[in-house]
Amino acid sequence: MKLYLKYDINIIFRKIVEEQLDKLEVDYKINGLGEVEFNESLSGNTIKQLTSLLSIYGIDIINDHKSEIVQRIKDAITEMIADSSIEKQFKTSAYLSDRLGYSYTYLSNIFSESTYTSIESFVILKRIDRAKSLILSGQLTLTEVAYTLGYSSVAHLSAQFKKTTGLTPTVFQRIIKERNKELNKL
Amino acid sequence: MNLDALKVVLVDDDEDDRLLFKDAIEEVDINTNLLLFGNGQEFMDYISLSGQPLPHLVFLDLNMPIKDGIQCLTEIRSTSTLKDLSVAIYSTSSSEKDIEQTFIKGANIYINKPSDFSKLKKAIREVLKLNWQYHTSNLNRDTFLLSI
Repeated sequence: MKLYLKYDINIIFRKIVEEQLDKLEVDYKINGLGEVEFNESLSGNTIKQLTSLLSIYGIDIINDHKSEIVQRIKDAITEMIADSSIEKQFKTSAYLSDRLGYSYTYLSNIFSESTYTSIESFVILKRIDRAKSLILSGQLTLTEVAYTLGYSSVAHLSAQFKKTTGLTPTVFQRIIKERNKELNKL
Repeated sequence: MNLDALKVVLVDDDEDDRLLFKDAIEEVDINTNLLLFGNGQEFMDYISLSGQPLPHLVFLDLNMPIKDGIQCLTEIRSTSTLKDLSVAIYSTSSSEKDIEQTFIKGANIYINKPSDFSKLKKAIREVLKLNWQYHTSNLNRDTFLLSI
């Protein structure tokens, strides 16, 4: 024998979401179209709990606008650092607002709020990260690395390197070389 | 939005130092979850239990009884499941030789124990911030070194 069932996906969705939200003991309203409204903002732990409660049913919380923007800023910066021609042509602020279509102030505020750091510091961190890999590749002199990354001089690169890592480029290079030897022994 | 608190471990045999560190990290504006251990062996026993979530960052005191910081670091780097752990050496020594040796043994961060509370707070914040960038951004973990 077979039975044929007729069902309404919207009712199922509403029922599941209600059942899970009730477990959290918070006030909420289901607005339809996958939108849920809360009277108070939820703590990180509550959101985490809800995420795992809903994931069993294949329901995901769509990441908020802010984390999406932050990710896009990081991606754009990575691209900028990898292609020095971009940096020579544009200022970081103009490049980012042009790429993402928001004012730099807006982007910069969102970034600082969500990452504990500023866009400027992140750019430096990325640039030093690239400097490290260029130094370790051993194909360029420090002067060439500085030039490639748009520094006005080796001294400027070395100073920023030291400020970011606490080490000079030369000591850094020596440490990584020794460490690789050491790891090979393990 | 980062929902998870940073899981941080401090391994230090000096109880006063542990309490000071705990107070300092609680005052930093980054959400953390701190676990304390009295020596390297205690931490290794804990972390070897299966199903234990890996901390984001481990602070290791250099001089400890039973298992010291360097032994613990060497063990971490030679254990395949722990290889990617960020390790900070937390020590009173400021000798360049000690600093270089710990990096060569695989430490990511070297912190010269600051003399006062506000400096300690500042150093912890700096380290947590940078470590967080390495966890959330596309940066090369193999060349993550910071001496502070």
